[in-house]
Amino acid sequence: MTDLLLSQIKLGAESQFGTDEYVVNLGPQHPATHGVLRLIVKLDGETVKETTPVLGYLHRSIEKICENRTYPQCITYTDRVDYVSAMSVNLAFALATERLMGLEAPPRAQWLRMIMVELQRLASHLLWMGAFAGDIGALTPFLYGLRERERIIDLFEMTCGQRLTYNYIRIGGVMIDVLPEFVPKCRAFLDYFEPKIAEYEELLTYNPIFLERTKGVGIISPEVGINAGVCGPSLRGSGVPCDVRKQQPYLYYDQVKFNECLETAGDCWSRYRVRMREIRESVSILRQCLDRLEPGPFETKLPPVLKAPPASEIYSRIESSRGEMGVYLVGDGTIKPWKCKFRCASFNNTYVLDQLTRGWKIADIMAVLGSLDMIVPEVDR
Amino acid sequence: MVHLIANLLQQALGAVGLSGFAFIINPIVSAVVMFGGISVFVMFLVWMERKVSAHMQSRIGPNRVGVFGLLQTVADALKLTTKEDIKPVHRDKIPYYIAPIIAFVATFAGMIVIPFDKGVSVQNLNIGILYVISITSFTVIAILSAGWSSNNKFALLGGFRSAAQIVSYEVPLVMSLVPVIMTAGTLNLNNVVEYQQKAGYWFVVPQFIAFLIFITSATAEANRAPFDIPEAESELIGGFHTEYSGVKFAMFFLGEYIAIIVSSAVAVTVFLGGWLPLPFLGSLPIPGFAWFVAKLLFVIYLIMAFRWTFPRLRVDQLMDFGWKVLIPISILNILITGFCILFFGKGV
Repeated sequence: MTDLLLSQIKLGAESQFGTDEYVVNLGPQHPATHGVLRLIVKLDGETVKETTPVLGYLHRSIEKICENRTYPQCITYTDRVDYVSAMSVNLAFALATERLMGLEAPPRAQWLRMIMVELQRLASHLLWMGAFAGDIGALTPFLYGLRERERIIDLFEMTCGQRLTYNYIRIGGVMIDVLPEFVPKCRAFLDYFEPKIAEYEELLTYNPIFLERTKGVGIISPEVGINAGVCGPSLRGSGVPCDVRKQQPYLYYDQVKFNECLETAGDCWSRYRVRMREIRESVSILRQCLDRLEPGPFETKLPPVLKAPPASEIYSRIESSRGEMGVYLVGDGTIKPWKCKFRCASFNNTYVLDQLTRGWKIADIMAVLGSLDMIVPEVDR
Repeated sequence: MVHLIANLLQQALGAVGLSGFAFIINPIVSAVVMFGGISVFVMFLVWMERKVSAHMQSRIGPNRVGVFGLLQTVADALKLTTKEDIKPVHRDKIPYYIAPIIAFVATFAGMIVIPFDKGVSVQNLNIGILYVISITSFTVIAILSAGWSSNNKFALLGGFRSAAQIVSYEVPLVMSLVPVIMTAGTLNLNNVVEYQQKAGYWFVVPQFIAFLIFITSATAEANRAPFDIPEAESELIGGFHTEYSGVKFAMFFLGEYIAIIVSSAVAVTVFLGGWLPLPFLGSLPIPGFAWFVAKLLFVIYLIMAFRWTFPRLRVDQLMDFGWKVLIPISILNILITGFCILFFGKGV
């Protein structure tokens, strides 16, 4: 009887008024979307029924521009692919080009590159930590993260004169050798920074509200993650080893000791833990690199005109701050790449957003989006 | 001070032959003095919040306008009042305009029963506690109508969240006060303080759990972090006040801070002994009003520190916390207090 009544009420409601989904448009200008990402969210009350990311608001056609520039000129554009972690993209392109042309940078340049990329990883993870905490309502960690990031940026500025888009890692080496005071300053920073990690963890890691917001939220199962191409810390949170630094070591990553950080739960909290542990690992890698840094040339002698061999192609990948950063280059014997394609971690990581947020609350979209560490310029390129 | 001005005005009225209207002088003067005092205090609080947050985030905070940036809030208020008032076209006009007024008036009206010093309150109501609780819950009407009438999806979500939140947290808020009312045997805020004076302890000692519940619920009632889901800026932009600007926004802003003052003032009066001096310091020549303000600032500082430390709860977790944690504990607390009164008398 009640069932009948209910169905009648339902029928009546449908025929007389009709119901519609509550569609909310988050972005492209929205305080939580880390730039100009637009999400079309279908809601049922507070519950999310569907999330559709709309990309392309920051598309600058970097890959196509690179196809019309010489190889050394492209480096400048790679800075803009992921401006929160510009060194990594510099390195990805420089390594790909070197592998394409059969060049090799001298050891000092390799160590310097490792130092820079790991520092960049620290800076990127710090910014991520602040933004992630900010997404779920804690505004203070953002300032703490930026405070330490500032000192890393100062180190970069001291070295190459830039604070955001460095253009430092070049084909065949680095732009310029570091100043003599760089190494002691870097060591001083690491000594200052290590105790600070405990401070962040104290503020966030086991905070009951933080646990409540992140534990069990946005679970990426290993199958879903692998099928969707999720990579980097976001996939390692699900317990899948995928660190390119371990699997296919580039630079001298096979000569330093570090652990691949893995968590098993695959939720936002695991991804947070992976990144916090990676920060500690990066500090350890940096110390080893600073110990191994020896005097020598910082760039190899390049031919006056850089040309790729005809009909050559390369897919070269590194572990950027956000995950696997791949560069695919096809050379045709000229000074320009015939084809240039970046495989960016953020793009694939955003792909799972819809699956992760269905059936959750609108506030969880922000938590999941934050935990995936997506950067809009890298998604759109 | 109030009486002095009131007497002067009454004499002036008498001089122009309108002494029949003298009875309205006292309330009006009190209201004006209260309004002025509270507005200045709110400005101070906004400055304090910015300084507290700056300190917690290792920043400096406002330091340009006036000494220590004290006039920063004045500058901000001036900016808000001179700003263009942007209104959504398809707003529901009457609720849209009334909402900020209700938000402000409802919270402000709560101030009139607060005893700032022995016998110094605008109205010494014998149902003071009940009055404060009921009048401040009018804000939910303001927030809901603001959310509905601005014709904005985010504002509507914020309004609904807020309605659910305030209705839920009203319950533990009242229930945390019940043990105190049972022990003191009065709803009059003045008498509650006098009871604490006579008993020789503050209610925070025997009723510490009730104090915690009260502070938590009051934070939620005032829509402050970590319970600020109606205006969660990372999800809902501005929540219910997304479409408000200029003076109307200032009214909401003022209302929020006055809500903090009222809640903290009730907490101070009920749990922290109101105008009573700290134990062992009673002999110092410090007026009761100063003690009251000092305690008030302490409680407000606590609430501010919450905001800058904790992440925000999700809307369903917020409801869970209210209904499944706070309310059972406060019911248990009432029961235990009742038994204690039954077996040991009122000197618990």
